[in-house]
Amino acid sequence: MTVKLIFARGPSLETRLLLCLVLSGLLMVADHRGQTFGLRTLLTVAAYPVQWLAAAPVRLGGWAEELFTSHRELATENRRLRRQVAELKRRTLKYEALRKENDRLRAFLDKSFKLGEQMLVAELVAVDLVPYEHRVLINKGSNLGVHVGQPVLSVDGVVGQVVRVTPVSAEVLLITDPSHAIPVQVNRNGLRAIAIGTGDLGRLELPHLPNNADVRPGDLLVTSGLGGVFPQGYPVGTVTEVVPQPHKHFARIQARPLAALDRIREVLVTWTHDSSRPFLPGDSDSKPAAPHDP
Amino acid sequence: MTLDVQTYRLIGFTLAFALALRLLALPQPLVLLNPDWVLLVLIYWCLTFPERFGIGLAWLTGLWVDAATGPLLGQHALIYALVAYCCVRFHTRLRVFPLGQQLPLILLFLLGAQLLLFCLEALRGRPLLLWSYWLPCLTGTLAWPLVLAGCGFLKRRHLPTI
Repeated sequence: MTVKLIFARGPSLETRLLLCLVLSGLLMVADHRGQTFGLRTLLTVAAYPVQWLAAAPVRLGGWAEELFTSHRELATENRRLRRQVAELKRRTLKYEALRKENDRLRAFLDKSFKLGEQMLVAELVAVDLVPYEHRVLINKGSNLGVHVGQPVLSVDGVVGQVVRVTPVSAEVLLITDPSHAIPVQVNRNGLRAIAIGTGDLGRLELPHLPNNADVRPGDLLVTSGLGGVFPQGYPVGTVTEVVPQPHKHFARIQARPLAALDRIREVLVTWTHDSSRPFLPGDSDSKPAAPHDP
Repeated sequence: MTLDVQTYRLIGFTLAFALALRLLALPQPLVLLNPDWVLLVLIYWCLTFPERFGIGLAWLTGLWVDAATGPLLGQHALIYALVAYCCVRFHTRLRVFPLGQQLPLILLFLLGAQLLLFCLEALRGRPLLLWSYWLPCLTGTLAWPLVLAGCGFLKRRHLPTI
């Protein structure tokens, strides 16, 4: 019995609109407080195929590029990589010895210091989430133990931190987003500062340093480990500009992130706390950290 | 009955495609021009099938867009529900307007949506107003004939009897 009712169509348009508006308001408040009872995860997972589809052209481009790279180019690249591996191996040898020595000295000082970390290689899903916000999507999620607040690095330096996870993907807030701040340290003299994103992919700001602070252009900034999100000692950027402002309390100091944030394809999601380390069988990308012996 | 299923399938497909377009990673200057394709397609379906695709589904679509793009759940849902309300309320008039008369109204809808989005973002403490923020409204208006033609073609092809 299907009779098409022309007049009785349930609540009026205005009632429906009001209902939707009220629901939206409630949802916004709930989401702002981070309590959506799994609704967000469900919806994000439902949207993942579309995100995957949107990234298809870029994937296709990369694939075509690989297909048409000439043999000679590959051979050149291979040679270059071999040289690089040899160089890195040499450095690692020295690093092992230094680590042992450092651990011994730390033991003398009775301080705990963890360097062993577990990493997971994740790929960027090439989508543009929101213009004017520096957030990117990566293709690893809570299925592999990724959690909110995790630092994300690239081979060159710090990229950002995980702000949201679903089972199959995660959102990373880049260090250049205007709402992001990262505690850093000048590598040369240990001066601590906070680097704040500017909304420009190639620029960070250090707004709270006095005019007489010992910072020069070219100085390397590394993570200071304060705040507990980022592990200590990873390179963040280099200082590009120091302009003292005599009429103000603080100097104008700018830095350039070391990670090429506009070109990265792969990032390293890092575990720094022992408790949250997942066990990943068969994933050759990630190795459990070496057991820590003082 | 099957006709309804077909209709909703087509609507879902076009909306998903629009969202993919919206998320497409374009080179830097073009990103700022990328219009809100989902809203355009949504307006089209609200005008075409106001009794099938109304405020409720527009709200759900907005929720989906929110989840896909991230910032705050409910932002786009609110905006899409409002735009859908205007479209459904005035669909008898809007539908018969010639294109030249439709375009300013589409521009008005897009500007209103962008303004609301800006207000909601500002509430969260992200005041960032560059003149280029309003550009997607303009490109969206220019893209409207494209949406009209594309969705119209799909509708004629897959739902010839309606």
